Amino acid sequence: MAVSEPTAPDAVASAAASEADVRLDGVTKRFGEMLAVDDLTLSIQRGHFYALLGPSGCGKTTTLRMIGGFEDPTGGRVYLGGEDVTDRPSHRRDVNTVFQSYALFPHLSVERNVAFGLERRKIGRAEVRRRVGEMLELVQLGPLAKRKPAQLSGGQQQRVALARALVNRPRALLLDEPLGALDLRLRRQLQIELKRIQQEVGITFVHVTHDQEEAMTMADTIVVMNRGRVEQAGTAEQLYELPRTAFVASFLGQSNLIDARVGAADGARTPVETHDGARLQVPSDRVGALAGEQASVGVRPEKMSLLTPEGIAPDGANVLRGRVVVASFLGVSVQYLVTTAGGEELTVIAQNEAGCAPDAFAVGREVQLCWDPRHTFVVARGADE
Amino acid sequence: MSAISLRWRRSLLPWWFMAPALIWLIVFFAVPLFNQLNVSLMSGNADAGYHSTWAFHTYWDAIRTYHVQFLRSLEYAAIATVIDLIIAFPLAYFLAFRAGRWRNFLLLLVIMPFFVSYVLRTVAWQLILNDNGWVADRLRDIGLVSQHGRLLATSTAVITGIAYNFLPFMVLPLYVSLERMDRRLLEAATDLYASRVTAFRKVTVPLAIPGIFAGSLLCFIPACGDYVNAALLGTSRQYMIGNVVQSKYLDVLDYPTAAALSFILMLLILVGIALYGRVLGSRNLMEAAA
Repeated sequence: MAVSEPTAPDAVASAAASEADVRLDGVTKRFGEMLAVDDLTLSIQRGHFYALLGPSGCGKTTTLRMIGGFEDPTGGRVYLGGEDVTDRPSHRRDVNTVFQSYALFPHLSVERNVAFGLERRKIGRAEVRRRVGEMLELVQLGPLAKRKPAQLSGGQQQRVALARALVNRPRALLLDEPLGALDLRLRRQLQIELKRIQQEVGITFVHVTHDQEEAMTMADTIVVMNRGRVEQAGTAEQLYELPRTAFVASFLGQSNLIDARVGAADGARTPVETHDGARLQVPSDRVGALAGEQASVGVRPEKMSLLTPEGIAPDGANVLRGRVVVASFLGVSVQYLVTTAGGEELTVIAQNEAGCAPDAFAVGREVQLCWDPRHTFVVARGADE
Repeated sequence: MSAISLRWRRSLLPWWFMAPALIWLIVFFAVPLFNQLNVSLMSGNADAGYHSTWAFHTYWDAIRTYHVQFLRSLEYAAIATVIDLIIAFPLAYFLAFRAGRWRNFLLLLVIMPFFVSYVLRTVAWQLILNDNGWVADRLRDIGLVSQHGRLLATSTAVITGIAYNFLPFMVLPLYVSLERMDRRLLEAATDLYASRVTAFRKVTVPLAIPGIFAGSLLCFIPACGDYVNAALLGTSRQYMIGNVVQSKYLDVLDYPTAAALSFILMLLILVGIALYGRVLGSRNLMEAAA
């Protein structure tokens, strides 16, 4: 009998797993001379948690506002569940927004705020009350139902905003930096809670943030945006381990990037020669279209390890030489800044195994930097860095 | 000891800040008010002078004789206030949301009439509403005024004058309450399936209630006591209670009746405000203002 129940999660999931809930097709937005979003194509799958991640001014909020219907695209189409809604005003779109400043109605109680959307849709009073009650329980605000927004803390207001949007069971929930105004501890706590709620209700979340850690904590798929374009989309793991652009490499976590020329593939490994003549290896399947090109070769700081100049690197490892400039003891790890022969300052993060910053790698010491070629990546030379 | 005296001095501090206003209120409001209360209970006549008795009958005589003017005052003031609200709301809305860089200039235009004296502005309306004026002619053309009918010296003229003179007092508080409204609330409303009309009804208007209340009081209260418009644009058949008070004080020198009339008007207005506040929801009012 589960099939006849329209909201049975399995039925919904299987019927629509392949269908995109939100689709942007070549969407462009100009504000006067300023190009905010540039020919953006994006497909957001049902039931997933998406994060639009990027620095301020990258077009992520504008993108969200075009999905919500608050901005008209200059070009391109917006689809919700396969339906073209580009010309439809926001009050006739089946999405709801959690605004950055919450935008709670100050003259209405928590309960009436949450009921606002349902009341507009001519849902029976008993049904409204039931759903509002349920939703307030979900966000743990039941006892505060009669309060006015001004009588709530920032975290509580945030939850009211979430409940007010979610109670309508929208096709997608749009979140515009909803945690931006909260202090760090509360933000951490609410990140987890948001993720829990999303899993519980199974609604597509599109979350705009400039905080990479927030995106990595919550999102199934992170869409990194820069200058109105999508730099790369994927899971946190994919983006971190194999960034495709210099921007992603340095925006999502730290990266060491060195200018280099990519050689021709030699089996599973492709040789790369840095600008100062050091020879490194990259897995061939990570080179893509950059074979034979001038590019940047990169590696994450925690993938590198330090050796004394006499130390013997493991067989086949990538090795660079340099001199320690800074050694910072951070407790969990020790962070080194090493200047290479070619002049780059590379960051190395080493596990704190000795219980102190080892003397062999003290400031001024010559060292070898080595890492497994599997962790090496190449990206087109970034104009940004 | 010193801790106590310090706390004592601290608790005194707010009173020091209030002192100028308090002294002002006592000297120029409370004392004259009690003086007039006393006068209203005197009896005698202008030639022999007045002396204190407990002449409450003055109040009953005043109501009996002048209830027509009382009711007319309330009626004219109420109609003018409603007209002002209807004109001012769209104007204030435009100023707050749409005027852009013209806003300050347009606000200046709203208060511009204050640069000209009240009486002079009202005299100007004598010319506008003149029997042979353009406005009267046009209204005769379209039949809103009969062929030999007048515009001047009618209640329409008096109400028009009052509405004109008090319009800025409605526009400014409305503008303030709309201007400080968070525009994103309207986005939130449309996000929650409200059309623009519904968003206006469910969000903009409730949040403008403090402005509506303040503007209505600022129009209605002085309009109730007004006598200039009735004197210049009306005849004795349009006289309001202000005209009666004025003539009692300055022409007939019947001070007790003039004072009694003033107190009755004050009482009527206070009752009116209390009812009005109740209708708009005083609790909402306080919270929306907070």
